[in-house]
Amino acid sequence: MSAPIEIPALLGLDTFDLDETSHIDIDPVLCATCPTKACVAACPAQLYRPEGDGGVVFDHAGCLECGTCAVVCEHGGVVSWRSPSAGHGVSYRYG
Amino acid sequence: MSEDGIDVIVVGAGPAGAACALRLARAGRSVVLVERGLSAGAKNVSGGRLYTYALEAVEEGLTAQAPWERAVVREQIMLMDGKRAVTVTVADPPEPGSRPESATVLRAVLDPWLAGVAEDAGALLATGVVVDSLLIEHDRVVGIVADGEEMRAEVVVAADGVMSLLGRQAGLVSRPAAHAVGIGAKEVIGLESSRLEERFGVGAREGVAMLMAGCTGGTAGGGFLYTNGSSLSLGIVAAPAELSAAGLTVHRLLQDLKAHPALAGLLADAPTLEYSAHLVREDGWAGVPKRLTRAGFVLVGEAAGFVLNLGYTVRGMDLALLSGVAAAEAIIAGGDLETAYRSALDRTGLLATMRATRGYRDVLAMERMYAAYPALALDVAARMYAVDAGPPRHLRHHVTAAMRARGVPMRGVVRDALVGMRSL
Repeated sequence: MSAPIEIPALLGLDTFDLDETSHIDIDPVLCATCPTKACVAACPAQLYRPEGDGGVVFDHAGCLECGTCAVVCEHGGVVSWRSPSAGHGVSYRYG
Repeated sequence: MSEDGIDVIVVGAGPAGAACALRLARAGRSVVLVERGLSAGAKNVSGGRLYTYALEAVEEGLTAQAPWERAVVREQIMLMDGKRAVTVTVADPPEPGSRPESATVLRAVLDPWLAGVAEDAGALLATGVVVDSLLIEHDRVVGIVADGEEMRAEVVVAADGVMSLLGRQAGLVSRPAAHAVGIGAKEVIGLESSRLEERFGVGAREGVAMLMAGCTGGTAGGGFLYTNGSSLSLGIVAAPAELSAAGLTVHRLLQDLKAHPALAGLLADAPTLEYSAHLVREDGWAGVPKRLTRAGFVLVGEAAGFVLNLGYTVRGMDLALLSGVAAAEAIIAGGDLETAYRSALDRTGLLATMRATRGYRDVLAMERMYAAYPALALDVAARMYAVDAGPPRHLRHHVTAAMRARGVPMRGVVRDALVGMRSL
């Protein structure tokens, strides 16, 4: 069989050119009060991490640019979802 | 022609955008095809099967030139449950040398090729260009702003995908709702072509399309496996809200799927090469906006909601190609864009296809489709093949015994069957 692979190792297989700034902005205050934090489970790259104090931290490194977070966000915490700037983000070699 | 000398700007060099640009260029229009990826396809993900009738609709003979991976000669549906699996196979190999009805594809290969065909026809391909916004004057879209620079055209075609930022800025679409999408996650897994052909029992350039049910922890969704030239595309599509309620993730489901005994042998010693994700619209006709155009602006492909999940197959790229063709025909025809586009879409059969499949939603909404029914089928099959010293039992006995054991009521099955018959 093909061994299970954890997310960081899977993302390590992909080609990225990391943008200096994030193409997704979240509102940490809103996110801290979000009862569902749907982004945490939904993001296929697991880039939304719940914090001990109830907040959520987002890291744009490894973003697959699928849009899931913006679509599942119920509380308005994903305030802006754009494309990374020219030449940045993921570049699929197979797709 | 605009003051920049451009007739049409097409945003997004996927199948919809490239098909549109190709047709416009063939008709002598000046076209700029803008792509945010460093090459066409760099940002694009599909499960991986293209129905070739749509390529032929773009231009006759395109399928023969297209860099597809393998012709699908075998369709399989696998019902899974824990470690068990029942597979239904439909083998209908095409005549040797004939055009395959569908073929597996990798987008980083297919998309640059089609964009290249558009370029050869005279379209200008600009890669690595991120469009910031539409340029709107007097209620008319007159161009785009990219990297702070204005570019003007008579018409802007938005082929910018399921998250269409241009469609939203134009006020034609909103973000899809969470209940209207599936999250797709996929691994491309390397497998040398000779070993692949041996494991799947297929010849050169022949391949398999497999869909799996019962591999999503009871949540709405399924798995897929397509054979490429020397790799496999293995993925899961599942409903985000149900996943999170069940404490599951698409990543977890995909890793479990890889370990399933029915697949493990096919995947042995095959290294994962890439991990990708894509949102799949599952609302069919309901996801298509009321208006597909405004003055100087057209939506095509996924940006227009043209995706169909039928349970046994998912269609996006063929509808994208058809809509790209239709948008080009509408622009060439002139007159009222919405009217011209709708009648061109009608001619391609796309609108009829979208409407005809409205009832599939009802079937796919049946909770029992994702766990209870696959498990029932497996129970019945397992009982049929369980041979001991006793007399063989009637099939009906196995079915009722399995239903009782699973707590599936007869009236529920009858109700689902009625919904199924009405919808399909």
